[in-house]
Amino acid sequence: MARVLLMQGNQAVVEGAIAAGVRFYGGYPITPSTEIAEGMAKRLPQVGGKFMQTEDEIAGIAAVTGASLGGVIAMTATSGPGFSLKQEMLGFACSAEIPCLVVDVQRVGPSTGQPTSPSQGDVMQTRWGTHGDHWIIALSPASVPECFDLTRRAVALSETYRCPVILLMDEVVGHLRERIDLPDNYDDLPVVRRKVPAGAPEDYLAYQAKDGSLVAPMAPFGSGYRWHVTGLVHDETGFPKGTPAATVAQQDRLRKKLTDHLDDIVTVEEYRLDDAELAIVAFGGAARTAYDAIDLARAKGIRAGLFRPVTIWPFAEKEIRALAAKVRGILVHELNCGQYVREVERAVQGRVPVLAYSKYDNESATPEDLLAEIENAMKGGAGK
Amino acid sequence: MKEALVEKYFRPGRLPHIWCPGCGNGIVTAAMVQAIDREGLAKDDVALISGIGCSSRVSGYLDFNTANTVHGRALAIATGLKMARPSLTVLVASGDGDCSAIGGNHLIHAARRNIDLTLIVFNNNIYGMTGGQYSPLTPQGSRATTAPYQTIEPAFDITALARAAGATFTARATTYHTPLLTDLIAKAIRHKGFSIVEAVTACPTNYGRQNKMGNPGQMMEWQKDHAVMKAKWDTMTEDERAGKFPIGLLSERTDAVEYTAAYDEIIRRAQA
Repeated sequence: MARVLLMQGNQAVVEGAIAAGVRFYGGYPITPSTEIAEGMAKRLPQVGGKFMQTEDEIAGIAAVTGASLGGVIAMTATSGPGFSLKQEMLGFACSAEIPCLVVDVQRVGPSTGQPTSPSQGDVMQTRWGTHGDHWIIALSPASVPECFDLTRRAVALSETYRCPVILLMDEVVGHLRERIDLPDNYDDLPVVRRKVPAGAPEDYLAYQAKDGSLVAPMAPFGSGYRWHVTGLVHDETGFPKGTPAATVAQQDRLRKKLTDHLDDIVTVEEYRLDDAELAIVAFGGAARTAYDAIDLARAKGIRAGLFRPVTIWPFAEKEIRALAAKVRGILVHELNCGQYVREVERAVQGRVPVLAYSKYDNESATPEDLLAEIENAMKGGAGK
Repeated sequence: MKEALVEKYFRPGRLPHIWCPGCGNGIVTAAMVQAIDREGLAKDDVALISGIGCSSRVSGYLDFNTANTVHGRALAIATGLKMARPSLTVLVASGDGDCSAIGGNHLIHAARRNIDLTLIVFNNNIYGMTGGQYSPLTPQGSRATTAPYQTIEPAFDITALARAAGATFTARATTYHTPLLTDLIAKAIRHKGFSIVEAVTACPTNYGRQNKMGNPGQMMEWQKDHAVMKAKWDTMTEDERAGKFPIGLLSERTDAVEYTAAYDEIIRRAQA
């Protein structure tokens, strides 16, 4: 039996997390993500999980990594300023390969910005926020049902690839209320868990994958496999080793464990794109405008379609190149001063014009706003 | 005896350690290991979480479930681990700068929650790894590379800070008083709730040299001469206490509910 509910995006994240097997949450309240903390505080103990409101944003993600080391699927949620504070711990989780889910419900920045207004200004921070070269997965939901689905998917990717995964939301989707059909209970939904070692503890190396996947099994602390975690450069033993060769080996493996699996990790959605001359690239809340704008354009005889990256990072490079080969122009619409468009331009390499409709006035575009940009683009205008 | 403990608890191939000649961190480490041995804990059931700094390297040397984490965050990470696995004995090793400056917020909140972690503060009064900058536990009037004209900041009494924040077990010893240090760490492990043991340890290289404390032996003599057992301390006048500090079990309370046990009650309530 399914339940038909009217639910907010942030609440759907809570339900998705419970369904995904999340059993620990550590975090700090911050607009516009607070409903996730409130929801987890209520739901987690009902399923035997634990919620902590920590003393600050850093402690939230720190406790999450600790719980994950204990073998429990763990998450935190935050918004702009809090996302900035979590960056160092995110790098630790990348380096030490500690699975965890970090939800960032974006708000207008920089600094306190506009806490209750929509923005997609954290796109590049999501990719490059922590110091040093690193690789990251980020997913962006565009609807309430997708908040549920992508929270589960984010956890599954995190557990599969033993890395932090960011669910990059925005205020539009976080506070949007719409219909969602949820199962009465989540027992039939599969929960993806990290690989754990099966061999003798004395043979266990916490960073050596023996199946060729580049992702080593991860033993929960207390399960009989004693190992060492460090954010220092380390080798397959997990102990510090700062030689040039060890440094390159670690970096290459951390990159390749994701880039060797782009077909699994990267997903995109297309809408009315088959015969499109103009592709709108938009994600999250901005994509919501695009569906309607494209319908309006089609009604006027303009062949426009939507290319929606669901996986924001790693970048859908192959898919964008294929898109550039079949349309006559690309219009990137995002709620910031123009971040993702730079990646699109890089991938398209000038094959077709890439225009930007960058909106950063604390409000979403209306379909009519975007339609005007589409018409402008079709006339060969420069876009905004 | 000591050799057997090294054989049993130190990871093969991870020594020599990074600590300077004359550093007291090895003495604190030995006391930790002896306390764990005395408590009869299985290595699989012990986790040791550390932050960043000289003393935080201890986690890599010992054969438990270990993590050398992020500067200041050891207690916060250990909190999550303890919530996930309450059956684990979770020790936290942290330097004075690590746990009282950059990690100071986590210290007071771990103490306030009374979560069953045992924090061992390696207090060498200085940031050793970065070469001798002052910490919140550097005595006022000391010299440091970032205080070439002496420090003007009063130092924390970190056990008093933890006690005021709600810590239910606070203790202090020095590397001169090693049987006491071992005994206090063992008691802290046994205590159900947040416990802190301040281990006063010498950094001859980066504190002693700048402050003309003499050689490592003389720095331990200083510990002997300035530490006073708590029972005697309680009988001393303010004048007699000047320049000295108490060692021993400073406080223990058993009236507060431990945090993970309190959360189990939340789960029961939510599921009722």
